[in-house]
Amino acid sequence: MTSTTSTRKGFLRPDFTSAQWGPGTVAALIGMFLLFVLVLPVAKVIFVAFQDPTTGALTLNNFIDFFNASLFRESFVNSFYVSAMSVVIATMIAMPLAYFTTRFNFAGAAIIQTLGMIPLIMPPFVGAVAMQLFFGGNGTINLLLDQYFGFTVPFMEGLNGVILVQSVHFFPFILINLSASLQNIDRSMEEAALNLGSSGMRLFRRIVFPLGMPGYVAGASLVFLKVFDDLGTPLLLNVNNMLAPQAYLRISSVGISDPVGYVISVILVVFSLFSMWVSFLAMKGKDYATTQKGGGGLLRRDLKLWEKLGCYTVIALILLFVLAPHIALFLLSISTVWSFSPLPDGYTLDHYAEVFATANTFITNTLIYAGLAGLIDIILGTAIAYIVWRTGIWGRKALDFVAMGALAIPGVVLGIGYLRMFYDIDMPFSDVPLATWWGIMVIALAVRRLPYALRACVAALQQVSLSLEEAAESLGASKWTTIRRIVVPLMAGGILAGFVTSFATAAVELSATIMLVAKEDDAPLAYGIYVFMQSAAGRGPGAALGIIAVLIVGIGTYASHLIIERTKRAHGLKK
Amino acid sequence: MTIHSESVGIKIENVGLSFGETEVLKGVNLDIQPGEFFAFLGPSGSGKSTLLRAIAGFGPTPTGRILVGDQDVTTLPPWKRNVGMVFQSYALWPHMTVRKNVAFGLEERKVPANEIDKRVDEALELVDLLHLAERRPSELSGGQQQRIALARTVVVEPRILLLDEPLSNLDANLRVQMRRDILKLQRKLGLTTIFVTHDQEEANTTSDRMAVLSDGVIQQVGQPVELYDAPVNRFVAGFLGSANILDGEIQVMNGAPSFVSDKGLTLQLANQNSGKASVVFRPQNTTVLHDSQAPADSMVLRGTVVYREFLGSLIRYGVDVGGHLVAVDELHRIGRQHVEEGAEIALCVANKQTVVVHG
Repeated sequence: MTSTTSTRKGFLRPDFTSAQWGPGTVAALIGMFLLFVLVLPVAKVIFVAFQDPTTGALTLNNFIDFFNASLFRESFVNSFYVSAMSVVIATMIAMPLAYFTTRFNFAGAAIIQTLGMIPLIMPPFVGAVAMQLFFGGNGTINLLLDQYFGFTVPFMEGLNGVILVQSVHFFPFILINLSASLQNIDRSMEEAALNLGSSGMRLFRRIVFPLGMPGYVAGASLVFLKVFDDLGTPLLLNVNNMLAPQAYLRISSVGISDPVGYVISVILVVFSLFSMWVSFLAMKGKDYATTQKGGGGLLRRDLKLWEKLGCYTVIALILLFVLAPHIALFLLSISTVWSFSPLPDGYTLDHYAEVFATANTFITNTLIYAGLAGLIDIILGTAIAYIVWRTGIWGRKALDFVAMGALAIPGVVLGIGYLRMFYDIDMPFSDVPLATWWGIMVIALAVRRLPYALRACVAALQQVSLSLEEAAESLGASKWTTIRRIVVPLMAGGILAGFVTSFATAAVELSATIMLVAKEDDAPLAYGIYVFMQSAAGRGPGAALGIIAVLIVGIGTYASHLIIERTKRAHGLKK
Repeated sequence: MTIHSESVGIKIENVGLSFGETEVLKGVNLDIQPGEFFAFLGPSGSGKSTLLRAIAGFGPTPTGRILVGDQDVTTLPPWKRNVGMVFQSYALWPHMTVRKNVAFGLEERKVPANEIDKRVDEALELVDLLHLAERRPSELSGGQQQRIALARTVVVEPRILLLDEPLSNLDANLRVQMRRDILKLQRKLGLTTIFVTHDQEEANTTSDRMAVLSDGVIQQVGQPVELYDAPVNRFVAGFLGSANILDGEIQVMNGAPSFVSDKGLTLQLANQNSGKASVVFRPQNTTVLHDSQAPADSMVLRGTVVYREFLGSLIRYGVDVGGHLVAVDELHRIGRQHVEEGAEIALCVANKQTVVVHG
């Protein structure tokens, strides 16, 4: 016994340190990277918010000034109101869809599951302009209402427009989470309640609702967070009296030293953290799905004919409403003129021709930026996943935490942080500030999408049974060889899916990039759409660009779905 | 296919291992002979799998020493041990064909490509699955996957073979067939083999010797029959097969030892030391005295039948003997008279069928 003085933990024994050296170095490098591109910029933003702009002393004056200005108070209230109302409207759309698909046997379920996801593949700000054509003061619906009934509804007036666009765009988050929650309920839970004499509304209130609640709260808080942080939609609808647009406008018009942008950033971060905390509380200890075997979802029943018709009508109405932005955008992209009329005056493909003639740079830039960002994300994601789940390196949990923390940082905040941090640093061998280099946009996109890629990689790694790695090691493969020949190939499907998710969402990101675009040559697609949409003449080509963006995201999402399914089949994981 | 190297033995010297605060192995010593088929038997949580994994190099590094042949492998990483392991889940890589799976270890050993092909064929031939070489693991049945896992392990000519509950994922009939096949393969290759199982029938039928583990301690080592007939302690007696165990104390008075059970039953015994002890005898070695006389050199127990279970080949009686519930098995034949529940009967156990264990 005396011969073994070292600790029992294998990784500290001399023979094993060499195996830990590699991962340790990689972990340190990733940690440094995240420190410089995520932690420090955000810390800088928060620090500046508490700093006197002239003297640099620590102060709360910026916050006091902020809340003393009526415009900012109004912006704060508006942001809060819009987010809350978006949650309400999104719930009204998602709740019936989720309930229909999990409770009843009917073919519509598949349609809902597919079409219900479509809003997510369009950047909300793209839909914003298109929505005005249908629902705006002079849009299709109001023109028809006015003509036949003599009244109009201000769907798109001011904040209403933002609420409408956001809830139509983000309701799938609630739909996905709530459906998953309901589907994971063990059928015997409901049967046990029925057996004990509970039924109807009482059953719903006492069993189904509480079991589905965590999923709903998780989805709802995500919607709240996304709407609260979003910059593109209010900007495009020209609703500027909200927090994110104010931050952007102050920084872009007054300048990088204006404290208001930083104060707003702090508020945005605080609210993001708050909604993530709410979501965490909702899910904590309530992961019912994993504690139960079987699942199977709620008891399903067949519908009578008239019920079926009713369901289909509700679904058709909801989906028509939800798909309105896509339809409108497509019509706009092929219309000659569309103004003060229910439908376009004529149709043409000129806008696409124009886009391909003049806006190629936007498309190429987007493919390059989003591609590079996706690549960075899966490399970091795979490495972090392995470090966290397969090694005992000190601080691995912190690495995971920081990488996931990017979720809580709104794009506006990251953009401001980069401007502040990297403006004074010149690119090597030139006198161009680092903040204006296009690469910084790639890094911003990579940081923003890293949590998605990381989750995909972790999920993929957890699919790889530890004994598969041990088998390789006992047959003579070292840790590195095992990673190269066993772990990464087995993760390939998940990694690829992570890449596609990162790529597709980065391709339509606007909030961080809009702050970092230094010249039009470097601008990505989303920025191009924004610029086009600013002028009436540019709306056609802007819509054409928007359709291209939707196609990129849509094809990407579908590809990722196919890849995941195929790897599951190939590995025999699918029953 | 034959193994070219000599069989080697395994020495485990004072091996201890903890997961955090929990001690899983406590000073294990074991000497396994070259070419031996050795079983680790124990209930779940006894440390048998942990010990096997420590020999393969998985899990925390243990204290003490593990020697394979003459080499101390205690701190070697798994890939430097040349110890073959077959996993409970088989651990076949789903992204590789059967052939690729089996070739993997040889590739890691930088064996020339043409020789790899030859040896993979031989190994697959050995398990009769050469015709499935181009399939994916997900296209194979459980039994076939098991054979491929074996082929993948023996193809690299490991110094020893470790089997971690290899039969637990197979259905009952296949399990009997596979354990015979594994034993045949082991005899053919002469590979020193350790087989971990919680199923005593598997351990009894395959192993030359076995170790019974409980609470991270080896309770007894020996041939299966030895362990069954002469358990050294209460745990081994109770774990292997069913046993009647009467706990009590031995008192020696005037040189004549007598056993007094906790419930006050007194039995005469030959040549025993005084102290806490248990008397162990098997249900099938206990007979019901239907009107007949007890043979000499046996003890007679009187009691009441509490339950009667018809098990097909056997009838099992539960008999209350002075507060102890004693199980008795009688072979069943057509027309056999069964004793009714509640009947008063006499039981008889030959002295040489009785084992006394201390502790």
